[in-house]
Amino acid sequence: MFVSYKWLQQYVDLTGITANQLADRITKAGIEVESVEVRNKGVQGVVIGHVLEREQHPNADKLSKCLVDIGEENPVQIICGAPNVAKGQKVAVAKVGAVLPGNFKIKRAKLRGEESNGMICSLQELGVESKIVPKEYADGIFVFPNDAPVGADALELLYLDDEVLELSLTPNRADCLSMIGVAYEVAAILGRSVKLPAIELKENDENVHDYISVRVDAQEDNPLYAGRIVKNVKIGPSPLWMQARLMAAGIRPHNNVVDITNYILLEYGQPLHAFDYDRLGSKEIVVRRAKNGETIVTLDDVERTLTENHLVITNGKEPVALAGVMGGANSEVKNDTTTVFIESAYFASSVVRQAVKDHGLRSESSTRFEKGIDPARTKEALDRAAALMAEYAGGEVVGGVVEVNTLQQKDVVVAITLDRINNVLGTTITKEEVVNILTNLQFAFTEHDGTFTITVPSRRADITIEEDIIEEVARLYGYDHLPATLPIGEAKPGKLTPYQAKRRHVRRYLEDAGLFQAITYSLTNEAKAMMFALETAEPIRLALPMSEERSVLRQSLVPHLLEAASYNRARQVENVALYEIGSVYLATNEHELPNEKERLAGVLTGVWHAHLWQGEKKAVDFYVAKGILDGLFALLGLENRVEYKQAKREHLHPGRTAEILLDHKTIGFVGQLHPVVQKEFDLKETYVFELDIEALLKAEVDDIRYTAIPRFPSITRDIALVVDEHIVAGELQKAIIEAGGELLKDVSIFDVYKGDRLPEGKKSIAFALRYYDPSRTLTDEKVTNVHEQVIKAVEQQFGATLRG
Amino acid sequence: MKERLQQLQQEALEKIEQANDLKALNDVRVAYLGKKGPITEVLRGMGALSPEERPVMGALVNEVREVIQTALEAKQATLEQAEVEKKLASEAIDVTLPGRPVKRGNHHPLTRVIEEIEDLFIGMGYTIAEGPEVEKDYYNFEALNLPKGHPARDMQDSFYITEEILLRTHTSPVQARTMEKHQGRGPVKIICPGKVYRRDNDDATHSHQFTQIEGLVVDENIRMSDLKGTLREFARKMFGEDRDIRFRPSFFPFTEPSVEVDVSCANCGGHGCSVCKGTGWIEILGAGMVHPNVLEMAGFDSKKYTGFAFGMGPERIAMLKYGIDDIRHFYQNDVRFLQQFNRV
Repeated sequence: MFVSYKWLQQYVDLTGITANQLADRITKAGIEVESVEVRNKGVQGVVIGHVLEREQHPNADKLSKCLVDIGEENPVQIICGAPNVAKGQKVAVAKVGAVLPGNFKIKRAKLRGEESNGMICSLQELGVESKIVPKEYADGIFVFPNDAPVGADALELLYLDDEVLELSLTPNRADCLSMIGVAYEVAAILGRSVKLPAIELKENDENVHDYISVRVDAQEDNPLYAGRIVKNVKIGPSPLWMQARLMAAGIRPHNNVVDITNYILLEYGQPLHAFDYDRLGSKEIVVRRAKNGETIVTLDDVERTLTENHLVITNGKEPVALAGVMGGANSEVKNDTTTVFIESAYFASSVVRQAVKDHGLRSESSTRFEKGIDPARTKEALDRAAALMAEYAGGEVVGGVVEVNTLQQKDVVVAITLDRINNVLGTTITKEEVVNILTNLQFAFTEHDGTFTITVPSRRADITIEEDIIEEVARLYGYDHLPATLPIGEAKPGKLTPYQAKRRHVRRYLEDAGLFQAITYSLTNEAKAMMFALETAEPIRLALPMSEERSVLRQSLVPHLLEAASYNRARQVENVALYEIGSVYLATNEHELPNEKERLAGVLTGVWHAHLWQGEKKAVDFYVAKGILDGLFALLGLENRVEYKQAKREHLHPGRTAEILLDHKTIGFVGQLHPVVQKEFDLKETYVFELDIEALLKAEVDDIRYTAIPRFPSITRDIALVVDEHIVAGELQKAIIEAGGELLKDVSIFDVYKGDRLPEGKKSIAFALRYYDPSRTLTDEKVTNVHEQVIKAVEQQFGATLRG
Repeated sequence: MKERLQQLQQEALEKIEQANDLKALNDVRVAYLGKKGPITEVLRGMGALSPEERPVMGALVNEVREVIQTALEAKQATLEQAEVEKKLASEAIDVTLPGRPVKRGNHHPLTRVIEEIEDLFIGMGYTIAEGPEVEKDYYNFEALNLPKGHPARDMQDSFYITEEILLRTHTSPVQARTMEKHQGRGPVKIICPGKVYRRDNDDATHSHQFTQIEGLVVDENIRMSDLKGTLREFARKMFGEDRDIRFRPSFFPFTEPSVEVDVSCANCGGHGCSVCKGTGWIEILGAGMVHPNVLEMAGFDSKKYTGFAFGMGPERIAMLKYGIDDIRHFYQNDVRFLQQFNRV
């Protein structure tokens, strides 16, 4: 909402308050003033001139040579390029020495050999936005009414010596979509009174019912419809002050009748529509829901197909307006219009919103209906419009109003105690202060024993409950005066849940292990949605995606991590180690929320470790990734419950992928990216993993229990086992541990060999076995005993032989 | 004989002095103190002395031996020291060569901000509540006093999946769910961080996915001044002890009264600068007293209970705190961006 400071003065006394100060007060009281625009963009020295003579420039087709009286001793010669300049016009003249917007100084000049002492200005040249300049002056100079005094300040006559406050209204403050509404707000803030416009309406002795009748078939959509007839109007420009006010509010002036309806819309917040009575095509108005497939050509010359969700004003046969949104072209007020039917109605916000949505058509009218208007002003606005048409369009107002009114208006009464106000706010506001605030708001109220009973005026539809009154008091009392306290009452310590605490440990561990935390988008495309997923379900698609790339919810974090790695690689960051903890979304059924599961995923590519001058450089490989995960499982106390199993998974290298099992259930995978996918993402050798972090963090683990520090020496024996190539180390190790029993403390692999010194199809794996007995020093004999059992076990189970 | 001894001592001390290494020194030792050395020879010749002279001479011999021995030891220590020093000198390295790097990643800047806020409120007795990102219309809107057709729904264009299910547009549904779980009994004191989604085109200041942190306190006798005190505490811990806050009236459907909360600009201290666009204040939070409809819908008696709620955007806070100029950085995961947040 744009509010002209000068116009506002008509309703509230603004003495002693500048536009900027007012903006600040309004903002502090709750409506944000986004800007205060000075309408005079630095213009100086522009006066009204009278074009005494105009002739063709001798040397230029498109220029005119004008003799202009600018109120000085002698008329001046001015060369003008506007096509519409003519003898006898009153125009805006920038004199020599004048300044136009952008600090453009006017100098004496010679144009194609003819002297020019100044410039005749268009509104645009005076800083008015093109889109609000009246159409007839859009491509030329602005022509003032004949009574404009020569030599007077043109800016003042155009009301450009004004400032405009742009209010950013929250949806609850639709009451401020009108000058009168803003006036009430400003009056409440300043503690001043509101002067409403005086309506002097003279009706003739005819009866409006002889002209037109109204029937409303959709009363829920249209509880109040009122209309008047104004005859013998003469279409012409509206007075300059009215045009100026419309332009200040961002509305382009058209003609007196249309301008008056827009002026009332701005003044009262009541949208009006003026029909050309003679073009209505009947003597009746029927308001009803449109029929499916019915059409209307609206004022913007667009044919619109309607449905029964839309409300239309009809002439009993066909639509003449899309109710609350825009009139029809068939009944438009034109230059030859003589009789006008003015509609002032209350349309329900829902039906107007539907039309706006379906037709992508928003207007000053629809905005107000959508947000809700004050029905108490509907008829007053109608009267004022009729009075203005009589005054400024020479019309004659036909006696009476046609009206269908089924509006059930009940006063909203809210009772609240002073204690409640103070208890909710934490303040010590006095009764007198509350009385003051309510008085300034011009709310009717009584007070008895500290209880206020308030009758809320219909213009403030946002106020219905105690809390709304508390807010009114608080904002006008001033939040700066609110004390700062802390809640009293039971104080319990705050704490992370075990899950949240463990998740933080996991993050820190992975970061200390060298990975950066990434956060990627949850929305992806259909193809990527299910790639790599540990579990899959029907893809969940947005009803109205903004792009195909972000249309489906992901089921794995890996694809976007690969994108991130690829993004980095494209920017010469070749070494990438990222992890992400985030949700994946698995559909259940259409009516239920999907299963949202938290996952941990990672991507590793490029050099893992480099210390170049010492000749060290290690690329990421499978075991780097696995090592990080091993550390993670150890961190969570799960290292002995996790197993890796050779696996084949889509998009991963068939020989370099492991499934990860926790307590024998698959909870994730780690592996090298399949070369085909690697190429798709434009990556080099890359490793990825994804884990069901919920399973990891929710697995129950024992608390740490101290075990005694070894008091006796341990004995280590190494064995190198030769086995068939296909035997995996993990299985051998498992068998060794089983056979080693209690004395075998740990088993580590220190060499793997395949090659010339072994027969074809064989490999050797060397293990170091450490034996320890917590109760005594081990004897060689005892160790040998156990050790031999170990060797026997692997011989039997795997055909392993000791390497000589 | 006495003269001979003194001469020997003199000679030995000179040779010790001249010895340049441990081997030369050892040669001196053997030469003078060895079994075949001159002093031993002197001792052998003592048999020819009178019984009176013998002890005198014996004492003298011992004295000479001791002097030589002491000198030998001293020289030995010096030479050994020199040897060690020589060895160490040969072992010297260039300490300015780079050390072996320790690989280290770090939190995403949003996590950094979110954890800091979480910890701050945990310290004030809050717990952290989480909830689904794909949410029912009921929890995202209706339970928050935004019935279907409410004009304020225009404020948040949403990603719907079906008519009843959408990607949450704020973390407020977690508040509604948590309150519901409390079955009408306070106190509720939670912080809700999480991802949210809106139908925005991604550009420097908009992102279709972003994060939010909201807080909620519901109890008997919760006052709006408690909200102010709590947020002032938050602002000071987060942005510096000399920060101040101010409330500006605003509108949210789920709170009444509603305010926007500004923090005095940390960059200029409130005098006005480019960061705060000359106002001295930076808008950080939306907040208010929980709307009675919201309390009632979640099963709380709004006559008995009051509450406050607030919400903020970690992206905005991170952008202010670290001077980040484009919201897309948070989701591109450029390592050159991420690694800038690698220290205290």
